[in-house]
Amino acid sequence: MGRHRYRIEPRLYAVGSPGPDSPVLVTANYKMTFDALRKELGGQNAWILVLETGGINVWCAAGKGTFGTEEVARRVKTTRLAEVVNHRRLILPQLGAPGVAAHRVREECGFSVVYGPVRAQDIPRFLTERMKTTPEMRRVVFPVSERLALAPVELAGFLRPTGWAFLALFLLAGIGPWVFSPSASWHRGLGASGVWLAGILCGAVITPVLLPWIPGRAFSAKGGLVGGCFAACIAAFFWEALGVFQGMALLVALPVISSFAAMNFTGATPFTSPSGVEKEMRRAIPLQAAAVVLAVTLWVGSTFAG
Amino acid sequence: MEGFRYMDGVSTLRLEEVACVGCGMCPTVCPHGIFTVDRGKATILDRDACMECGACAKNCPSDALSVTPGVGCASYVIQGWLGGRKELFRNISKHANV
Repeated sequence: MGRHRYRIEPRLYAVGSPGPDSPVLVTANYKMTFDALRKELGGQNAWILVLETGGINVWCAAGKGTFGTEEVARRVKTTRLAEVVNHRRLILPQLGAPGVAAHRVREECGFSVVYGPVRAQDIPRFLTERMKTTPEMRRVVFPVSERLALAPVELAGFLRPTGWAFLALFLLAGIGPWVFSPSASWHRGLGASGVWLAGILCGAVITPVLLPWIPGRAFSAKGGLVGGCFAACIAAFFWEALGVFQGMALLVALPVISSFAAMNFTGATPFTSPSGVEKEMRRAIPLQAAAVVLAVTLWVGSTFAG
Repeated sequence: MEGFRYMDGVSTLRLEEVACVGCGMCPTVCPHGIFTVDRGKATILDRDACMECGACAKNCPSDALSVTPGVGCASYVIQGWLGGRKELFRNISKHANV
């Protein structure tokens, strides 16, 4: 999928005019990561050793192990780094640590590993202050700007499920005492599709943006809460038109869609543990499934009650 | 991380204090600052802030730290449930060539 366009060749690059005493910074061959590092190093003389991570960023590649001990040692050897620099020190991004065993790198290629700051923007300060880091440089953060920037990615991930959901909703919408009505399918289907989209919006955009301020720990609970508030507002406005059954269906359906979408956001955050996500899902999925059955029953049942 | 807390009491992170050599790597690599080293021994200050990334265990030269590393991601967990055995095999082979 054109992923190669975001890849750069893994080798040793020069920034400015580095010499044998210049620092060596190690990074992934994802173009955006490399460009960010190069930009922050502007005006300095340094070497950048780019590893083959398949065009994946440092954090994700470290999790997979491609940004790893073997690759560091291999790249040090293939680039003949020991002949280029006098010192024996590599500066690695801290977020590469899940894939790299610093003590093993030293055993395998003779270079010792120094973990630099989490963010490339702190590197100039790190270099000028003799490789000292502050606790802030060592912590991941998740500001609202980053949470918002993830919204398009989250929404894109729901494109295909949305297609299937619309198909199912327009089919279900036509079912009633009349067996199947194309006009009911169209009108009720539009309404239901709107509820689906509102649920996705609540779970994949609003919940991530408001994340630290929404009470609760489980993402599914936070998403359910946001979806619930949104559904209550809509229901209050349209209660007369919806009637009891459709209104109840809305109050159940929107929160559960939002809850599921929000649960999906766990993978995009830098603080959720796999054990935590598994615990959350074991509780949430049976409840979500039950809520879907209830919502569909109320919604399809409303045509018989009317 | 201020304002961001996830599930309590679930992390698989374990520290065997006897084996710890107090090298200071775990406080360096932990992205949530959950460790401190005091009088030559590491201490876990906030286990519930652990995201099980595995950086500390990977960089512990004396194997005093252990954790089941992974990605805290719903679709990753579902994949694990569906392809349980395949995933397990992949994890084992991943550990074998560490």
